[in-house]
Amino acid sequence: MEKQPLAQLTKISSQVRRDILRMVHAVQSGHPGASLGCTEFFVALYFNQMKHDSSFNMDGIGEDLFFLSNGHISPVWYSVLARSGYFSVEELKTFRKLNSRLQGHPATEEHLPGVRIASGSLGQGLSAALGAAQVKKLNQDDSFVYVLMGDGEQQEGQVWEAAMYGAHYGVDNLIATIDFNRQQIDGPTKDVMDLKDLKAKWEAFGWEVIETVEGNDMEAVLAGLEKAKSLAGKGKPVLNLLHTEMGYGVDFMVGTHKWHGIAPSDEQLANALGQLEETLGDY
Amino acid sequence: MDKTLDLKYTYTEKKDTRSGFGDGLLEAGRKNPNVVGLCADLIGSLKMGAFQKEFPDRFFQVGIAEANMIGLAAGMTIGGKIPFTGTFANFSTGRVYDQIRQSVAYSDKNVKICASHAGLTLGEDGATHQILEDVGMMKMLPHMTVINPCDYNQTKAATMAIAEHEGPVYLRFGRPSWPIFTPADQKFEIGKAWHMIDGTDVTIFATGHLVWEAVVAEAMLRAEGISAEVINIHTIKPLDEAAIIASVKKTGCAVSAEEHQLNGGLGDSIAQTLIRNNPAPLEYVGVNDSFGESGTPTELLEKYGLNAENIVKAAKKAIARK
Ligand SMILES: Cc1ncc(C[n+]2csc(CCOP(=O)(O)OP(=O)(O)O)c2C)c(N)n1
Ligand SMILES: [Mg+2]
Repeated sequence: MEKQPLAQLTKISSQVRRDILRMVHAVQSGHPGASLGCTEFFVALYFNQMKHDSSFNMDGIGEDLFFLSNGHISPVWYSVLARSGYFSVEELKTFRKLNSRLQGHPATEEHLPGVRIASGSLGQGLSAALGAAQVKKLNQDDSFVYVLMGDGEQQEGQVWEAAMYGAHYGVDNLIATIDFNRQQIDGPTKDVMDLKDLKAKWEAFGWEVIETVEGNDMEAVLAGLEKAKSLAGKGKPVLNLLHTEMGYGVDFMVGTHKWHGIAPSDEQLANALGQLEETLGDY
Repeated sequence: MDKTLDLKYTYTEKKDTRSGFGDGLLEAGRKNPNVVGLCADLIGSLKMGAFQKEFPDRFFQVGIAEANMIGLAAGMTIGGKIPFTGTFANFSTGRVYDQIRQSVAYSDKNVKICASHAGLTLGEDGATHQILEDVGMMKMLPHMTVINPCDYNQTKAATMAIAEHEGPVYLRFGRPSWPIFTPADQKFEIGKAWHMIDGTDVTIFATGHLVWEAVVAEAMLRAEGISAEVINIHTIKPLDEAAIIASVKKTGCAVSAEEHQLNGGLGDSIAQTLIRNNPAPLEYVGVNDSFGESGTPTELLEKYGLNAENIVKAAKKAIARK
């Protein structure tokens, strides 16, 4: 994949947001909120940052790998995988439908190119990513392993087992990102179960922590990922606290947990699409 | 044990099955550089120390964090490794069921979940550690292979065999010193029942430690003029249905024997096979819907009705129901 310039990345992001909304609308189910919020991050990774091959093979030797731990935001991942050539954009039509490879939550059972492990039950992705990163070291493969988690997901105990492990083994070829949108299903994280000082927690666990304060600004997202890479290879795993807004890009969806997992109506879809330019052609 | 019994299989040495795992892992590691080991603070109990010593770069102490261990192992298959995880059977299954379900079974990862101290024969530590539900949990998972070998030699052979098998495996073994009555040079065939003793009146299907009890039971039955067939079902899933059906067609009734709850164990799998293909009386030897407790292995097998005497009783009952 060739590195796309900033202007093109912004264009792709607009199209990916359209895909997310149309996929979720078509089956009246799925998770648009954090998918919209993480769009810049996914586009930056797949169209600029990662060294990857869309002719997909499971072992990914010599490639950067990506793991999605918060599997419910599959719409953004599927759109980006399709738009970067892993499968046809037409296939996005099958999202969550019977006999589809695009399961509600990402899976390997149907052999969808781009997915290396199932996710959906929260808290498991960091462990798998650490395992894959350690194998890269054993194989003398100097590529990176990326993983994305939710912020509500930080409430799962397994995340902290994995955090302790990553620091103990100095898994410094791993770059973990937290979608820090401060929202989860039942409300703001501070009301459901306050994460308090997440940065201090990860630092205390022995990780190198950076903050990307403008997680919906493409330039800032790129700068954050570049910085994360520059801190890799120094004995500590890297954590990128990515401040995003749930529902970003659609005025009536932004900033609230209410759009975590509901689909827009016909009218809401039309309104939302009116706010997002069709840049690469709808599927 | 009654010294006057004429046993079809005998032993000169006893050893724990977990040592068979440890020795098998070391050999598998020597044969295949992709074999890696993970352990959750139980290296000595799991007998993984020799592998750790010989292959320090391929061994990962994960601390007391079993959920993370399962996820790490799943991730390590990406890039071609063959991870063997080691902890007690309780913490290998119930503790991490969702992690196994999603990251290993549903994702069809080549992870070998190796579980020691299974069943009552763990002994004095008591019911918190004596898992009797693990086979049921594991056999319900699609893609999962479930194996419960019977002695040191068979556990060693099974450990080496699963390293060459592609796909998730649950390997169950135990703590107590147990007779070594199977050959050292055996070839372990996953999914293939081992026909140990021929008989005509009743078939005893046994797994794990209770295979030895079945061998003893066969001699006791023979002394009373009853001819029992003994079949070692080391692989509970996939089940060797053909072997089960063929034997029961001949004998007309059966007993299942296992160190597990009746609900969800080997007996249930055999019952399914028989009911669909060749309905016949089946008696179960296993734990009947209760937790275990502290005691010696022998005392516990006796109290919970899992020894040779109980297999003999069950065999007679099955024959009477023909
Ligand atoms: C183990 C587990 N428990 C509960 C759920 C149900 N669930 C799905 S998403 C979610 C909220 C996750 O919050 P966060 O990580 O902040 O994601 P966001 O809402 O920001 O997308 C919950 C509770 C789950 N998928 N897995
Ligand atoms: Mg959130």
